[in-house]
Amino acid sequence: MNSLKLSATAVQAQDLVKIFGDNYAVNGLDLVIPSGGIYGVLGPNGAGKTTTIQMLATLLKPDRGSAKVFGFDVVKDSHIVRQLIGVTGQYASVDEKLSATENLFIFSRLLGLSSRDARRKTSELLEEFGLTEAAKRPLAQYSGGMRRRLDLAASLINQPPLIFLDEPTTGLDPRTRNQMWNTIRRLVSEGSTVVLTTQYLDEADQLADRIAVIDRGKVIAEGTPAELKAKVGTASLELVVANPESLPYAAYIIEQILLTEVHVNVANIITAPLANAEVITDILLALRSDGIELAGVSVKSPSLDEVFLTLTGHQTEQETITVEN
Amino acid sequence: MRPTVQQITKSTTIALTVRQSLIMAHRGLLRVRRTPEQLIDVTLQPILFTLMFAYLFGGAIAGNVQAYLPLIIPGILAQTVLTGSVAIGVNLREDMNKGVFDRFRSLPISRIAPLAGALIADAIRYVIITVLTFSMGYIMGMRPHAGFMGVLEASMLIIFFAWCVSWMFAFFGVIAKTPTGVQGISMMILFPLTFVSNAFVPVNTLPKALKWFANVNPVSHLVNAIRTLLEQGKTSSDFWLSLVGAVVIMAIFSVATVRIYTRKAA
Ligand SMILES: Nc1ncnc2c1ncn2[C@@H]1O[C@H](COP(=O)(O)OP(=O)(O)OP(=O)(O)O)[C@@H](O)[C@H]1O
Ligand SMILES: [Mg+2]
Repeated sequence: MNSLKLSATAVQAQDLVKIFGDNYAVNGLDLVIPSGGIYGVLGPNGAGKTTTIQMLATLLKPDRGSAKVFGFDVVKDSHIVRQLIGVTGQYASVDEKLSATENLFIFSRLLGLSSRDARRKTSELLEEFGLTEAAKRPLAQYSGGMRRRLDLAASLINQPPLIFLDEPTTGLDPRTRNQMWNTIRRLVSEGSTVVLTTQYLDEADQLADRIAVIDRGKVIAEGTPAELKAKVGTASLELVVANPESLPYAAYIIEQILLTEVHVNVANIITAPLANAEVITDILLALRSDGIELAGVSVKSPSLDEVFLTLTGHQTEQETITVEN
Repeated sequence: MRPTVQQITKSTTIALTVRQSLIMAHRGLLRVRRTPEQLIDVTLQPILFTLMFAYLFGGAIAGNVQAYLPLIIPGILAQTVLTGSVAIGVNLREDMNKGVFDRFRSLPISRIAPLAGALIADAIRYVIITVLTFSMGYIMGMRPHAGFMGVLEASMLIIFFAWCVSWMFAFFGVIAKTPTGVQGISMMILFPLTFVSNAFVPVNTLPKALKWFANVNPVSHLVNAIRTLLEQGKTSSDFWLSLVGAVVIMAIFSVATVRIYTRKAA
Protein backbone atom coordinates (compact mmCIF):
# COMPACT_ATOMS: atom_id res chain seq x y z
CA MET A 1 0.00 0.00 0.00
CA ASN A 2 3.07 2.22 0.17
CA SER A 3 2.72 3.19 -3.41
CA LEU A 4 -0.55 5.14 -3.24
CA LYS A 5 -0.08 8.01 -5.62
CA LEU A 6 -0.48 11.51 -4.18
CA SER A 7 -1.72 14.14 -6.56
CA ALA A 8 0.33 17.35 -6.76
CA THR A 9 -2.67 19.43 -5.75
CA ALA A 10 -3.05 19.39 -1.97
CA VAL A 11 -6.70 20.40 -1.92
CA GLN A 12 -9.26 20.64 -4.65
CA ALA A 13 -12.77 21.62 -3.59
CA GLN A 14 -15.68 22.12 -5.89
CA ASP A 15 -18.96 23.80 -5.12
CA LEU A 16 -18.81 22.88 -1.41
CA VAL A 17 -22.03 23.58 0.45
CA LYS A 18 -22.83 23.19 4.14
CA ILE A 19 -26.18 24.20 5.53
CA PHE A 20 -27.03 24.52 9.22
CA GLY A 21 -30.80 24.76 9.48
CA ASP A 22 -31.51 27.41 6.87
CA ASN A 23 -28.11 29.06 7.24
CA TYR A 24 -25.72 28.48 4.34
CA ALA A 25 -22.47 28.40 6.33
CA VAL A 26 -20.58 27.44 3.17
CA ASN A 27 -22.29 28.27 -0.07
CA GLY A 28 -20.70 27.00 -3.26
CA LEU A 29 -17.06 27.27 -2.33
CA ASP A 30 -14.30 26.41 -4.83
CA LEU A 31 -10.71 26.07 -3.75
CA VAL A 32 -7.50 24.82 -5.34
CA ILE A 33 -4.52 24.62 -3.01
CA PRO A 34 -1.21 23.65 -4.59
CA SER A 35 1.10 21.44 -2.57
CA GLY A 36 4.00 23.11 -0.78
CA GLY A 37 3.83 26.53 0.81
CA ILE A 38 1.33 28.26 3.04
CA TYR A 39 -2.22 28.90 1.92
CA GLY A 40 -4.20 31.50 3.83
CA VAL A 41 -7.97 31.48 4.15
CA LEU A 42 -9.00 34.97 5.18
CA GLY A 43 -12.43 36.00 6.32
CA PRO A 44 -14.38 37.74 9.10
CA ASN A 45 -16.33 36.02 11.90
CA GLY A 46 -18.94 33.67 10.53
CA ALA A 47 -17.53 33.69 6.98
CA GLY A 48 -17.40 29.90 6.96
CA LYS A 49 -13.67 29.32 7.53
CA THR A 50 -14.05 26.72 10.27
CA THR A 51 -16.86 24.96 8.46
CA THR A 52 -14.72 24.75 5.32
CA ILE A 53 -11.68 23.40 7.19
CA GLN A 54 -13.86 20.84 8.95
CA MET A 55 -15.20 19.56 5.65
CA LEU A 56 -11.70 19.35 4.16
CA ALA A 57 -10.47 17.56 7.30
CA THR A 58 -13.25 14.90 7.13
CA LEU A 59 -14.90 16.23 10.29
CA LEU A 60 -18.07 17.47 8.60
CA LYS A 61 -19.83 15.98 5.62
CA PRO A 62 -20.55 18.45 2.83
CA ASP A 63 -24.21 18.78 1.91
CA ARG A 64 -23.21 19.29 -1.68
CA GLY A 65 -20.08 19.42 -3.79
CA SER A 66 -16.89 17.49 -3.33
CA ALA A 67 -13.37 17.92 -2.06
CA LYS A 68 -10.19 15.99 -2.65
CA VAL A 69 -7.01 15.94 -0.59
CA PHE A 70 -4.00 14.88 -2.66
CA GLY A 71 -6.52 13.34 -5.03
CA PHE A 72 -8.49 11.41 -2.39
CA ASP A 73 -12.13 12.18 -1.76
CA VAL A 74 -12.76 13.48 1.77
CA VAL A 75 -15.98 11.49 2.09
CA LYS A 76 -15.32 8.27 0.19
CA ASP A 77 -11.61 7.91 1.03
CA SER A 78 -11.78 9.55 4.45
CA HIS A 79 -9.53 6.92 6.01
CA ILE A 80 -6.76 7.68 3.51
CA VAL A 81 -7.26 11.44 3.83
CA ARG A 82 -6.91 11.18 7.63
CA GLN A 83 -3.47 9.64 7.16
CA LEU A 84 -2.37 12.61 5.07
CA ILE A 85 -3.54 15.47 7.28
CA GLY A 86 -2.95 17.02 10.67
CA VAL A 87 -5.66 19.26 12.11
CA THR A 88 -5.41 21.94 14.75
CA GLY A 89 -8.92 23.19 15.30
CA GLN A 90 -9.97 26.65 16.40
CA TYR A 91 -10.59 25.30 19.90
CA ALA A 92 -8.12 23.07 21.70
CA SER A 93 -8.55 19.43 20.76
CA VAL A 94 -6.49 17.71 23.40
CA ASP A 95 -7.55 15.84 26.52
CA GLU A 96 -7.86 18.44 29.27
CA LYS A 97 -7.58 15.89 32.04
CA LEU A 98 -4.23 14.50 30.93
CA SER A 99 -0.79 16.08 30.96
CA ALA A 100 0.99 17.17 27.78
CA THR A 101 3.18 14.07 27.91
CA GLU A 102 0.20 11.76 28.28
CA ASN A 103 -1.68 13.47 25.46
CA LEU A 104 1.19 13.22 23.00
CA PHE A 105 1.98 9.65 24.06
CA ILE A 106 -1.60 8.45 23.55
CA PHE A 107 -1.95 10.20 20.18
CA SER A 108 1.41 8.79 19.05
CA ARG A 109 0.35 5.28 20.04
CA LEU A 110 -2.95 5.70 18.19
CA LEU A 111 -1.00 6.69 15.10
CA GLY A 112 0.80 3.37 15.22
CA LEU A 113 4.06 4.17 17.02
CA SER A 114 5.50 1.58 19.37
CA SER A 115 5.70 2.44 23.06
CA ARG A 116 9.36 3.32 22.75
CA ASP A 117 8.95 5.41 19.59
CA ALA A 118 5.94 7.14 21.09
CA ARG A 119 7.96 8.14 24.16
CA ARG A 120 10.78 9.41 21.97
CA LYS A 121 8.43 11.35 19.69
CA THR A 122 6.67 12.81 22.73
CA SER A 123 9.84 14.20 24.28
CA GLU A 124 11.02 15.46 20.89
CA LEU A 125 7.82 17.42 20.36
CA LEU A 126 7.72 18.71 23.94
CA GLU A 127 11.27 19.98 23.52
CA GLU A 128 10.52 21.52 20.14
CA PHE A 129 7.47 23.40 21.41
CA GLY A 130 9.03 24.51 24.67
CA LEU A 131 6.71 22.44 26.81
CA THR A 132 9.23 20.16 28.49
CA GLU A 133 9.07 21.96 31.81
CA ALA A 134 5.29 21.93 32.01
CA ALA A 135 4.98 18.48 30.47
CA LYS A 136 3.83 16.67 33.58
CA ARG A 137 1.28 19.24 34.71
CA PRO A 138 -2.40 18.74 33.91
CA LEU A 139 -3.63 21.02 31.11
CA ALA A 140 -5.95 22.88 33.46
CA GLN A 141 -2.86 24.84 34.54
CA TYR A 142 -1.75 25.74 30.99
CA SER A 143 -1.92 29.18 29.45
CA GLY A 144 -3.76 29.66 26.16
CA GLY A 145 -0.49 29.82 24.25
CA MET A 146 0.80 26.59 25.79
CA ARG A 147 -2.43 24.83 24.92
CA ARG A 148 -2.23 25.97 21.31
CA ARG A 149 1.35 24.80 21.06
CA LEU A 150 0.45 21.40 22.47
CA ASP A 151 -2.47 21.22 20.08
CA LEU A 152 -0.19 21.94 17.14
CA ALA A 153 2.40 19.45 18.39
CA ALA A 154 -0.31 16.78 18.49
CA SER A 155 -1.10 17.46 14.83
CA LEU A 156 2.49 16.93 13.77
CA ILE A 157 3.22 13.50 15.24
CA ASN A 158 3.10 11.61 11.96
CA GLN A 159 4.57 14.51 9.94
CA PRO A 160 1.50 14.82 7.75
CA PRO A 161 2.05 16.31 4.28
CA LEU A 162 -0.95 18.61 4.77
CA ILE A 163 -1.64 20.57 7.96
CA PHE A 164 -4.81 22.53 8.67
CA LEU A 165 -4.53 25.30 11.25
CA ASP A 166 -7.74 27.08 12.17
CA GLU A 167 -6.86 30.56 13.50
CA PRO A 168 -3.55 29.38 14.97
CA THR A 169 -2.63 32.79 16.39
CA THR A 170 -5.95 34.16 17.65
CA GLY A 171 -5.57 35.04 21.30
CA LEU A 172 -1.76 34.81 21.35
CA ASP A 173 0.42 37.64 22.55
CA PRO A 174 2.79 39.18 19.95
CA ARG A 175 5.79 37.16 21.10
CA THR A 176 3.99 33.81 21.04
CA ARG A 177 2.41 34.78 17.78
CA ASN A 178 5.84 35.29 16.26
CA GLN A 179 6.97 31.92 17.55
CA MET A 180 3.92 30.34 15.94
CA TRP A 181 4.73 32.03 12.64
CA ASN A 182 8.26 30.67 12.78
CA THR A 183 6.99 27.19 13.53
CA ILE A 184 4.62 27.36 10.59
CA ARG A 185 7.40 28.53 8.28
CA ARG A 186 9.61 25.71 9.49
CA LEU A 187 6.90 23.13 8.75
CA VAL A 188 6.75 24.37 5.20
CA SER A 189 10.52 24.34 4.79
CA GLU A 190 10.39 20.70 5.86
CA GLY A 191 8.06 19.99 2.99
CA SER A 192 4.54 20.19 4.43
CA THR A 193 1.70 22.16 2.96
CA VAL A 194 -0.01 24.41 5.53
CA VAL A 195 -3.55 25.72 5.20
CA LEU A 196 -4.34 28.31 7.82
CA THR A 197 -7.32 30.51 8.48
CA THR A 198 -7.04 33.98 9.90
CA GLN A 199 -9.03 37.13 10.45
CA TYR A 200 -5.93 39.29 10.05
CA LEU A 201 -4.93 40.54 6.63
CA ASP A 202 -1.53 41.34 8.05
CA GLU A 203 -0.99 37.73 9.06
CA ALA A 204 -2.11 36.33 5.72
CA ASP A 205 0.12 38.88 4.02
CA GLN A 206 3.19 37.96 6.08
CA LEU A 207 2.78 34.22 5.97
CA ALA A 208 0.82 33.03 3.01
CA ASP A 209 2.00 32.30 -0.51
CA ARG A 210 -1.57 32.46 -1.71
CA ILE A 211 -4.74 33.75 -0.08
CA ALA A 212 -8.42 33.03 -0.56
CA VAL A 213 -10.72 35.68 0.86
CA ILE A 214 -14.05 34.21 1.86
CA ASP A 215 -17.26 35.91 2.79
CA ARG A 216 -20.68 34.42 3.45
CA GLY A 217 -19.47 30.98 2.49
CA LYS A 218 -17.98 31.91 -0.87
CA VAL A 219 -14.50 32.67 -2.18
CA ILE A 220 -14.67 36.30 -3.27
CA ALA A 221 -11.02 36.76 -4.20
CA GLU A 222 -8.02 34.53 -4.65
CA GLY A 223 -4.39 35.13 -5.45
CA THR A 224 -0.97 35.98 -4.10
CA PRO A 225 -0.84 38.69 -1.44
CA ALA A 226 0.64 41.04 -4.04
CA GLU A 227 -2.24 40.40 -6.45
CA LEU A 228 -4.82 40.99 -3.75
CA LYS A 229 -3.16 44.13 -2.50
CA ALA A 230 -3.08 45.50 -6.01
CA LYS A 231 -6.83 45.00 -6.08
CA VAL A 232 -7.47 46.48 -2.69
CA GLY A 233 -4.87 49.20 -2.66
CA THR A 234 -1.93 49.01 -0.34
CA ALA A 235 -3.51 51.54 1.94
CA SER A 236 -6.59 53.65 2.29
CA LEU A 237 -7.11 57.35 2.55
CA GLU A 238 -9.41 58.67 5.22
CA LEU A 239 -10.76 62.18 4.84
CA VAL A 240 -12.89 63.95 7.40
CA VAL A 241 -14.98 66.60 5.69
CA ALA A 242 -15.64 69.75 7.74
CA ASN A 243 -19.10 70.50 6.30
CA PRO A 244 -21.48 67.51 6.08
CA GLU A 245 -23.32 69.05 3.14
CA SER A 246 -20.25 68.88 0.92
CA LEU A 247 -19.81 65.16 1.68
CA PRO A 248 -21.51 63.72 -1.44
CA TYR A 249 -19.73 66.18 -3.73
CA ALA A 250 -16.37 65.42 -2.15
CA ALA A 251 -16.99 61.71 -2.60
CA TYR A 252 -17.88 62.33 -6.25
CA ILE A 253 -14.65 64.23 -6.88
CA ILE A 254 -12.54 61.51 -5.30
CA GLU A 255 -14.31 58.80 -7.28
CA GLN A 256 -13.55 60.73 -10.48
CA ILE A 257 -9.87 60.75 -9.63
CA LEU A 258 -9.56 57.16 -8.38
CA LEU A 259 -12.04 55.65 -10.84
CA THR A 260 -13.32 53.44 -8.04
CA GLU A 261 -16.06 53.55 -5.46
CA VAL A 262 -15.40 55.14 -2.08
CA HIS A 263 -17.10 54.53 1.21
CA VAL A 264 -18.96 57.30 2.98
CA ASN A 265 -19.41 56.97 6.71
CA VAL A 266 -21.97 58.69 8.99
CA ALA A 267 -19.27 60.66 10.79
CA ASN A 268 -18.37 62.75 7.70
CA ILE A 269 -15.60 60.31 6.86
CA ILE A 270 -14.73 59.26 3.35
CA THR A 271 -12.63 56.13 3.02
CA ALA A 272 -10.96 55.53 -0.33
CA PRO A 273 -8.65 52.72 -1.46
CA LEU A 274 -5.21 54.02 -2.28
CA ALA A 275 -3.21 52.17 -4.94
CA ASN A 276 -0.32 54.64 -4.86
CA ALA A 277 0.52 57.57 -2.65
CA GLU A 278 0.85 60.02 -5.57
CA VAL A 279 -2.90 60.41 -5.95
CA ILE A 280 -3.22 61.94 -2.50
CA THR A 281 -1.83 65.18 -3.85
CA ASP A 282 -4.31 65.12 -6.77
CA ILE A 283 -7.21 64.53 -4.41
CA LEU A 284 -6.23 67.25 -1.98
CA LEU A 285 -5.65 69.77 -4.77
CA ALA A 286 -8.99 68.96 -6.40
CA LEU A 287 -10.82 69.36 -3.11
CA ARG A 288 -9.11 72.67 -2.43
CA SER A 289 -9.96 74.07 -5.86
CA ASP A 290 -13.63 73.09 -5.32
CA GLY A 291 -13.62 74.82 -1.96
CA ILE A 292 -14.23 71.74 0.19
CA GLU A 293 -12.79 72.14 3.65
CA LEU A 294 -11.23 69.18 5.44
CA ALA A 295 -11.15 68.56 9.18
CA GLY A 296 -8.74 65.63 9.02
CA VAL A 297 -6.63 63.48 6.73
CA SER A 298 -5.02 60.16 7.44
CA VAL A 299 -3.56 57.24 5.52
CA LYS A 300 -4.22 53.78 6.84
CA SER A 301 -2.85 50.37 5.97
CA PRO A 302 -5.69 48.23 4.69
CA SER A 303 -7.59 46.38 7.36
CA LEU A 304 -9.75 43.39 6.71
CA ASP A 305 -12.70 45.78 6.69
CA GLU A 306 -11.29 47.66 3.74
CA VAL A 307 -10.52 44.46 1.91
CA PHE A 308 -14.13 43.53 2.34
CA LEU A 309 -15.38 46.91 1.42
CA THR A 310 -13.43 46.77 -1.79
CA LEU A 311 -14.14 43.18 -2.66
CA THR A 312 -17.77 42.90 -1.65
CA GLY A 313 -19.11 46.40 -1.49
CA HIS A 314 -20.36 45.69 2.05
CA GLN A 315 -18.61 45.83 5.37
CA THR A 316 -17.98 42.89 7.63
CA GLU A 317 -20.98 41.86 9.72
CA GLN A 318 -19.34 43.03 12.94
CA GLU A 319 -18.67 46.46 11.53
CA THR A 320 -22.27 46.88 10.44
CA ILE A 321 -23.40 46.13 13.95
CA THR A 322 -21.10 48.68 15.56
CA VAL A 323 -22.19 51.33 13.09
CA GLU A 324 -25.83 50.68 13.89
CA ASN A 325 -25.10 50.95 17.57
CA MET B 1 10.63 17.55 -0.60
CA ARG B 2 7.48 16.22 1.01
CA PRO B 3 7.63 14.29 4.27
CA THR B 4 7.42 10.59 3.62
CA VAL B 5 4.10 9.05 4.41
CA GLN B 6 4.74 5.54 5.60
CA GLN B 7 2.32 2.73 5.14
CA ILE B 8 -0.84 4.35 3.91
CA THR B 9 -3.68 1.88 4.31
CA LYS B 10 -7.07 1.91 2.66
CA SER B 11 -9.01 0.78 5.72
CA THR B 12 -8.43 -0.35 9.28
CA THR B 13 -8.11 -4.00 10.24
CA ILE B 14 -9.58 -5.87 13.19
CA ALA B 15 -6.10 -6.23 14.71
CA LEU B 16 -5.60 -2.46 14.51
CA THR B 17 -9.04 -1.82 15.95
CA VAL B 18 -8.21 -4.02 18.95
CA ARG B 19 -4.85 -2.28 19.41
CA GLN B 20 -6.42 1.17 19.20
CA SER B 21 -9.19 0.20 21.61
CA LEU B 22 -6.59 -0.94 24.15
CA ILE B 23 -4.77 2.38 23.78
CA MET B 24 -8.07 4.16 24.36
CA ALA B 25 -8.60 2.01 27.45
CA HIS B 26 -5.16 3.07 28.67
CA ARG B 27 -6.24 6.67 28.21
CA GLY B 28 -9.45 5.95 30.15
CA LEU B 29 -7.46 4.62 33.09
CA LEU B 30 -5.07 7.60 33.00
CA ARG B 31 -8.14 9.80 33.21
CA VAL B 32 -9.48 7.93 36.23
CA ARG B 33 -6.27 8.84 38.07
CA ARG B 34 -6.83 12.49 37.22
CA THR B 35 -10.54 12.63 38.06
CA PRO B 36 -11.15 12.75 41.81
CA GLU B 37 -14.79 11.57 41.55
CA GLN B 38 -13.82 8.54 39.55
CA LEU B 39 -10.82 7.79 41.68
CA ILE B 40 -13.15 7.76 44.69
CA ASP B 41 -15.51 5.47 42.75
CA VAL B 42 -12.85 2.81 42.59
CA THR B 43 -11.14 3.36 45.94
CA LEU B 44 -12.91 4.96 48.86
CA GLN B 45 -16.46 4.25 47.76
CA PRO B 46 -16.34 0.43 47.81
CA ILE B 47 -14.68 0.56 51.22
CA LEU B 48 -17.09 3.09 52.71
CA PHE B 49 -20.20 1.56 51.14
CA THR B 50 -19.29 -1.85 52.45
CA LEU B 51 -18.79 -0.57 55.98
CA MET B 52 -21.78 1.70 55.90
CA PHE B 53 -24.33 -0.65 54.38
CA ALA B 54 -23.14 -3.63 56.41
CA TYR B 55 -23.60 -1.78 59.70
CA LEU B 56 -26.74 0.13 58.66
CA PHE B 57 -28.75 -2.69 57.16
CA GLY B 58 -26.99 -5.59 58.83
CA GLY B 59 -27.46 -4.05 62.24
CA ALA B 60 -31.05 -2.99 61.63
CA ILE B 61 -32.29 -6.16 60.05
CA ALA B 62 -30.36 -8.97 61.62
CA GLY B 63 -29.23 -7.23 64.77
CA ASN B 64 -25.93 -8.96 64.20
CA VAL B 65 -23.64 -7.75 61.46
CA GLN B 66 -21.37 -10.76 61.48
CA ALA B 67 -24.15 -13.25 60.82
CA TYR B 68 -25.59 -11.06 58.15
CA LEU B 69 -22.40 -10.61 56.06
CA PRO B 70 -23.07 -13.53 53.67
CA LEU B 71 -26.46 -11.95 52.84
CA ILE B 72 -25.44 -8.30 52.76
CA ILE B 73 -22.04 -8.46 51.01
CA PRO B 74 -23.51 -9.70 47.68
CA GLY B 75 -25.99 -6.81 47.80
CA ILE B 76 -23.25 -4.30 48.55
CA LEU B 77 -21.13 -5.77 45.77
CA ALA B 78 -23.94 -5.26 43.25
CA GLN B 79 -24.40 -1.71 44.55
CA THR B 80 -20.73 -0.66 44.40
CA VAL B 81 -19.98 -2.18 41.00
CA LEU B 82 -23.18 -0.92 39.37
CA THR B 83 -22.55 2.57 40.78
CA GLY B 84 -19.15 2.39 39.09
CA SER B 85 -20.77 1.54 35.77
CA VAL B 86 -22.55 4.89 35.55
CA ALA B 87 -19.27 6.69 34.81
CA ILE B 88 -19.01 5.42 31.24
CA GLY B 89 -21.94 7.52 30.05
CA VAL B 90 -20.62 10.64 31.76
CA ASN B 91 -17.17 10.04 30.25
CA LEU B 92 -18.49 9.49 26.74
CA ARG B 93 -20.58 12.63 26.84
CA GLU B 94 -17.70 14.65 28.27
CA ASP B 95 -15.48 13.50 25.39
CA MET B 96 -18.12 14.16 22.76
CA ASN B 97 -18.68 17.70 24.06
CA LYS B 98 -14.96 18.45 24.07
CA GLY B 99 -12.47 19.20 21.31
CA VAL B 100 -10.64 15.95 21.92
CA PHE B 101 -13.48 14.13 20.18
CA ASP B 102 -12.68 16.03 16.96
CA ARG B 103 -9.05 15.02 17.38
CA PHE B 104 -10.04 11.36 17.59
CA ARG B 105 -12.28 11.78 14.58
CA SER B 106 -9.51 13.36 12.53
CA LEU B 107 -7.10 10.50 13.25
CA PRO B 108 -6.89 7.50 10.91
CA ILE B 109 -8.21 5.14 13.58
CA SER B 110 -11.18 2.82 13.85
CA ARG B 111 -14.32 4.86 14.55
CA ILE B 112 -15.41 2.52 17.32
CA ALA B 113 -12.07 2.55 19.20
CA PRO B 114 -12.92 5.33 21.68
CA LEU B 115 -16.17 3.60 22.69
CA ALA B 116 -14.58 0.16 22.83
CA GLY B 117 -11.70 1.59 24.85
CA ALA B 118 -14.10 3.08 27.38
CA LEU B 119 -15.83 -0.29 27.76
CA ILE B 120 -12.52 -2.08 28.31
CA ALA B 121 -11.34 0.50 30.86
CA ASP B 122 -14.64 -0.01 32.65
CA ALA B 123 -14.19 -3.74 32.97
CA ILE B 124 -10.86 -3.03 34.69
CA ARG B 125 -12.51 -0.59 37.08
CA TYR B 126 -15.11 -3.23 37.98
CA VAL B 127 -12.33 -5.68 38.81
CA ILE B 128 -10.79 -3.15 41.21
CA ILE B 129 -14.14 -2.38 42.86
CA THR B 130 -14.95 -6.09 43.20
CA VAL B 131 -11.59 -6.90 44.78
CA LEU B 132 -11.93 -4.01 47.25
CA THR B 133 -15.47 -4.94 48.25
CA PHE B 134 -14.60 -8.60 48.82
CA SER B 135 -11.47 -7.59 50.72
CA MET B 136 -13.56 -5.39 53.01
CA GLY B 137 -15.99 -8.25 53.52
CA TYR B 138 -13.11 -10.52 54.39
CA ILE B 139 -11.66 -8.03 56.86
CA MET B 140 -15.08 -7.70 58.48
CA GLY B 141 -15.19 -11.44 58.93
CA MET B 142 -17.02 -12.94 55.96
CA ARG B 143 -15.77 -16.44 55.11
CA PRO B 144 -17.79 -17.79 52.13
CA HIS B 145 -18.40 -21.53 52.27
CA ALA B 146 -17.58 -22.01 48.61
CA GLY B 147 -14.10 -20.59 49.24
CA PHE B 148 -11.95 -18.82 46.71
CA MET B 149 -13.57 -20.49 43.69
CA GLY B 150 -16.96 -19.20 44.78
CA VAL B 151 -15.56 -15.69 45.15
CA LEU B 152 -13.94 -15.92 41.73
CA GLU B 153 -17.12 -17.09 40.01
CA ALA B 154 -19.23 -14.49 41.79
CA SER B 155 -16.71 -11.82 40.74
CA MET B 156 -16.90 -12.86 37.11
CA LEU B 157 -20.68 -12.80 37.22
CA ILE B 158 -20.95 -9.31 38.73
CA ILE B 159 -18.29 -7.90 36.40
CA PHE B 160 -20.01 -9.32 33.35
CA PHE B 161 -23.41 -8.13 34.60
CA ALA B 162 -22.15 -4.59 35.24
CA TRP B 163 -20.44 -4.53 31.88
CA CYS B 164 -23.71 -5.39 30.14
CA VAL B 165 -25.62 -2.77 32.15
CA SER B 166 -22.95 -0.16 31.37
CA TRP B 167 -24.17 -0.26 27.75
CA MET B 168 -27.38 1.29 29.03
CA PHE B 169 -25.44 4.13 30.66
CA ALA B 170 -23.27 4.44 27.53
CA PHE B 171 -26.54 4.88 25.62
CA PHE B 172 -27.54 7.80 27.84
CA GLY B 173 -24.04 9.16 27.26
CA VAL B 174 -24.42 9.24 23.50
CA ILE B 175 -27.95 10.71 23.47
CA ALA B 176 -27.83 13.25 26.33
CA LYS B 177 -26.60 16.82 25.90
CA THR B 178 -24.49 17.34 29.01
CA PRO B 179 -22.45 15.12 31.35
CA THR B 180 -24.55 16.24 34.32
CA GLY B 181 -27.66 15.25 32.38
CA VAL B 182 -26.22 11.78 31.89
CA GLN B 183 -25.38 11.56 35.59
CA GLY B 184 -28.95 12.60 36.45
CA ILE B 185 -30.78 10.06 34.29
CA SER B 186 -28.35 7.30 35.20
CA MET B 187 -28.79 7.82 38.94
CA MET B 188 -32.56 7.91 38.53
CA ILE B 189 -32.38 4.45 37.00
CA LEU B 190 -29.62 3.07 39.19
CA PHE B 191 -31.32 3.81 42.49
CA PRO B 192 -34.54 1.83 41.92
CA LEU B 193 -32.53 -0.97 40.30
CA THR B 194 -30.23 -1.43 43.27
CA PHE B 195 -32.51 -0.43 46.15
CA VAL B 196 -35.82 -1.91 45.03
CA SER B 197 -34.30 -5.36 45.05
CA ASN B 198 -33.30 -7.96 47.58
CA ALA B 199 -29.83 -6.40 47.82
CA PHE B 200 -30.29 -4.80 51.23
CA VAL B 201 -33.71 -5.86 52.61
CA PRO B 202 -35.76 -9.05 52.37
CA VAL B 203 -38.27 -8.67 49.52
CA ASN B 204 -41.25 -9.79 51.63
CA THR B 205 -40.95 -6.67 53.79
CA LEU B 206 -41.77 -4.51 50.74
CA PRO B 207 -45.19 -3.12 49.76
CA LYS B 208 -46.95 -4.96 46.93
CA ALA B 209 -45.91 -2.88 43.91
CA LEU B 210 -42.30 -2.66 45.02
CA LYS B 211 -42.31 -6.37 45.78
CA TRP B 212 -43.43 -7.13 42.26
CA PHE B 213 -40.65 -4.98 40.83
CA ALA B 214 -38.04 -6.40 43.21
CA ASN B 215 -38.96 -9.92 42.08
CA VAL B 216 -38.52 -9.21 38.36
CA ASN B 217 -35.55 -6.88 38.86
CA PRO B 218 -32.48 -8.55 37.30
CA VAL B 219 -30.42 -7.12 40.18
CA SER B 220 -32.40 -9.32 42.63
CA HIS B 221 -31.54 -12.38 40.59
CA LEU B 222 -27.96 -11.24 40.41
CA VAL B 223 -27.73 -10.83 44.18
CA ASN B 224 -29.33 -14.25 44.77
CA ALA B 225 -27.00 -15.83 42.23
CA ILE B 226 -23.96 -14.33 43.98
CA ARG B 227 -25.22 -15.52 47.38
CA THR B 228 -25.65 -19.07 46.06
CA LEU B 229 -22.25 -19.04 44.36
CA LEU B 230 -20.53 -17.84 47.55
CA GLU B 231 -22.34 -20.09 50.02
CA GLN B 232 -23.04 -23.25 48.00
CA GLY B 233 -20.67 -22.92 45.04
CA LYS B 234 -23.63 -23.64 42.74
CA THR B 235 -25.13 -21.89 39.74
CA SER B 236 -28.81 -21.45 40.62
CA SER B 237 -31.69 -20.56 38.30
CA ASP B 238 -31.08 -16.98 39.46
CA PHE B 239 -27.65 -17.22 37.90
CA TRP B 240 -29.15 -17.91 34.49
CA LEU B 241 -31.96 -15.39 34.95
CA SER B 242 -29.50 -12.62 35.82
CA LEU B 243 -27.30 -13.56 32.88
CA VAL B 244 -30.28 -13.48 30.52
CA GLY B 245 -31.42 -10.14 31.98
CA ALA B 246 -27.94 -8.65 31.52
CA VAL B 247 -27.61 -9.93 27.98
CA VAL B 248 -31.04 -8.59 27.05
CA ILE B 249 -30.12 -5.15 28.43
CA MET B 250 -26.86 -5.24 26.51
CA ALA B 251 -28.52 -6.43 23.31
CA ILE B 252 -31.04 -3.60 23.36
CA PHE B 253 -28.66 -0.80 24.27
CA SER B 254 -25.50 -1.88 22.47
CA VAL B 255 -27.15 -1.82 19.06
CA ALA B 256 -28.62 1.63 19.63
CA THR B 257 -25.45 2.97 21.26
CA VAL B 258 -23.10 1.74 18.55
CA ARG B 259 -25.39 3.01 15.83
CA ILE B 260 -25.74 6.51 17.30
CA TYR B 261 -22.09 6.68 18.32
CA THR B 262 -20.65 5.69 14.95
CA ARG B 263 -22.96 8.13 13.25
CA LYS B 264 -21.64 10.95 15.45
CA ALA B 265 -18.04 9.75 15.17
CA ALA B 266 -18.14 9.26 11.39
N1 LIG C 1 -22.62 23.51 14.31
C1 LIG C 1 -23.26 24.59 13.82
N2 LIG C 1 -24.60 24.70 13.90
C2 LIG C 1 -25.25 25.77 13.42
N3 LIG C 1 -24.65 26.80 12.80
C3 LIG C 1 -23.33 26.77 12.67
C4 LIG C 1 -22.55 25.66 13.17
N4 LIG C 1 -21.25 25.90 12.89
C5 LIG C 1 -21.21 27.07 12.26
N5 LIG C 1 -22.45 27.61 12.11
C6 LIG C 1 -22.77 28.87 11.43
O1 LIG C 1 -22.16 28.85 10.16
C7 LIG C 1 -21.59 30.10 9.84
C8 LIG C 1 -20.13 29.93 9.54
O2 LIG C 1 -19.45 29.57 10.73
P1 LIG C 1 -17.91 29.25 10.81
O3 LIG C 1 -17.63 28.78 12.19
O4 LIG C 1 -17.51 28.37 9.70
O5 LIG C 1 -17.29 30.69 10.59
P2 LIG C 1 -15.79 31.18 10.77
O6 LIG C 1 -15.40 31.84 9.51
O7 LIG C 1 -14.94 30.06 11.23
O8 LIG C 1 -15.94 32.26 11.91
P3 LIG C 1 -14.95 32.65 13.14
O9 LIG C 1 -13.96 33.61 12.60
O10 LIG C 1 -15.87 33.28 14.13
O11 LIG C 1 -14.34 31.39 13.65
C9 LIG C 1 -21.88 31.00 11.02
O12 LIG C 1 -23.03 31.75 10.68
C10 LIG C 1 -22.19 30.06 12.15
O13 LIG C 1 -23.12 30.63 13.02
MG1 LIG D 1 -13.84 29.68 12.88
